[in-house]
Amino acid sequence: MWDYTKSVMDHFSNPRNVGKIENANGVGEVGSLACGDALKLYLKINPASGKIEDARFQTFGCASAIASASALTEMVKGMSLEEAMKITNDDIARFLGGLPEQKMHCSVMGKEALEAAIANFKGEKVEEHQDAQVVCKCFWVDEEKIRHQIREHKLTTVEEVTHYTKAGGGCGGCIPDIKRILDEEAGKAAEPKEPPAMTNLQRIKLVTSTIETKIAPMLRNDGGDIELIDVDGVDVYVKLRGACAGCPGARATLHNIVQETLRAEVDRKITIIEVK
Amino acid sequence: MSEIKQVYLDNNATCMVSPGVRDAMLPFFGELYGNPSSMHNFGGQVAVHVKAAREKVAALLNVSPDEIVFTSCGTESDNHAIRGVLEANSEKRHIVTTKVEHPAVLNVYRFLAKKKGYRVTELEVSKKGDLDLDQLREALTPDTAILSVMAANNETGTLFPIDEIGAIAREKGVIFHTDAVQAVGKIPLDLKKIQCDLLSLSGHKLHTPKGIGALYIRKGTRISPFMIGGHQENGRRAGTENVPYVVALGKACEEAMNDIFDENNRVRKLRDKLEQGLLSVIKQAHINGNPRWRLPNTTNIGFEAVEGEAILLHLSAAGIAASSGSACTSGSLEPSHVLMAMQTPFSYAHGSVRFSLSKFTTEEEIDYTLKVVPPVIQKLREMSPFYDPNK
Repeated sequence: MWDYTKSVMDHFSNPRNVGKIENANGVGEVGSLACGDALKLYLKINPASGKIEDARFQTFGCASAIASASALTEMVKGMSLEEAMKITNDDIARFLGGLPEQKMHCSVMGKEALEAAIANFKGEKVEEHQDAQVVCKCFWVDEEKIRHQIREHKLTTVEEVTHYTKAGGGCGGCIPDIKRILDEEAGKAAEPKEPPAMTNLQRIKLVTSTIETKIAPMLRNDGGDIELIDVDGVDVYVKLRGACAGCPGARATLHNIVQETLRAEVDRKITIIEVK
Repeated sequence: MSEIKQVYLDNNATCMVSPGVRDAMLPFFGELYGNPSSMHNFGGQVAVHVKAAREKVAALLNVSPDEIVFTSCGTESDNHAIRGVLEANSEKRHIVTTKVEHPAVLNVYRFLAKKKGYRVTELEVSKKGDLDLDQLREALTPDTAILSVMAANNETGTLFPIDEIGAIAREKGVIFHTDAVQAVGKIPLDLKKIQCDLLSLSGHKLHTPKGIGALYIRKGTRISPFMIGGHQENGRRAGTENVPYVVALGKACEEAMNDIFDENNRVRKLRDKLEQGLLSVIKQAHINGNPRWRLPNTTNIGFEAVEGEAILLHLSAAGIAASSGSACTSGSLEPSHVLMAMQTPFSYAHGSVRFSLSKFTTEEEIDYTLKVVPPVIQKLREMSPFYDPNK
């Protein structure tokens, strides 16, 4: 059982400010059913004074998600927008007497819903995730969020990144990317190596050995496997097997593990094509 | 709400020590402290009880007592079966199992794939959690060292047809191991009819304290010992016997033999009453698993638009213990591997709750649970952004 504080249990059992505000002028929504938690925050902001007059929420999630949302609404009521924008996820956690580390992402969700609601009030468009920036495709977490949490909380391990952002907590396909981002943030960005020009035959040999020695063992780790079907120039045709075939994260696996490894090891121009 | 009771509906996790089992153990914490291997009366009088316990475990499975090895838990039994067979059949490098096995099996295989280079086939299940036996047959090759298929799923209670699977394994000449930790004592298992070579069981799912299990090893099965040392357990599992717990397991198996009719009638009716009662009052709720082929004590219900941990904590506050395959309860971020393998929709995978009964569950407890659960779901749905009462 989680070691929740009395305050978390109180806000979970008797959540404050549950529900919608019909004439809300700032609404922020984060999370999804697939992710396992979601929060919709409604703010009623006085346009003249900039004060938050009322705050309510709807949430789908565990006890700490409910408690974080309840705490957040209590905190922001009566605040000016400037004050509210200074609230951090740590403030939410502190208001509750702390959260288990694995649950810190619940407080991050509160902070994000607040940002989204204020942006909505100001008429700012919330930036859509660009496909290319999304690192964790299971929980749809982009690189910017990961970097932000690493800097704010001085995170140094993948596990910590998962606690704060959920990234890497699903299929695990993005763990190499998270490691890279951690390295980059720590200033240890590896210098990309200039690959030597190679013949077709050399390329095929290198693709084959990279799949056998580097990629397949990673996939077997999760009960999956991969078969090399063909190499045509820089197009590599593969078939996913075992647990990988039919895994909802298969697309991410192909992109993150297979393609990125081959690009790093063989040729930056390589494209992976899945044969069904 | 009426007064708060304590209702334990998490018997697939562990269950109460039965008073009969507790009483049977007590003398072994007192005057009966001898080592059963010793050549004097202190040991001899204890050895008699170890022998009797082994006979009781064997009787429940309809096997010979010398085919029973006592272990420390179900996980040890699984590890012993798997690693023992692979070591004794080292020329074979392929393993077949299912995606929905308990971690005590699945993680052993994933470890072996990663660290020892074994090729592991994890069979898929249908949306109801059933296996495709044709696929299973095709997966078995001359290189297959072992097939592990659980008898009953711990999360959904879904039963696999281990009699048919045993016949296929026999036909293909593959050693068949079944993790029957959830099935033993809840459904009749006659190993004269079921052709499994190895079967794991655990005491604390059968009303013993935690810390005792057993492995059935069919005579003639090629398997290496798991712990090496003295000659205990015929040299298959060295280490001085955990006598009080061995006696407890014997007593629990004896009780299970007597209670299995009750389990399949009274307990099944209570489970059905709970399930039907909840589904009739709570809309947008679904049974996870195959309702036709299921343990009599288990129901796993997915409630749409709410999250499992929140349900469990509200139930716990009302004195009711259940469990969930939701992400948050497990400490991971994804719903359980069993629900994911069944492609359970996210709309209710995160809101899945397992209620597992035992022979000690009463009708009064079920009636109380039927009163408590619906308002908890309602309360959480009222605050959920995904709940649409008109759906």
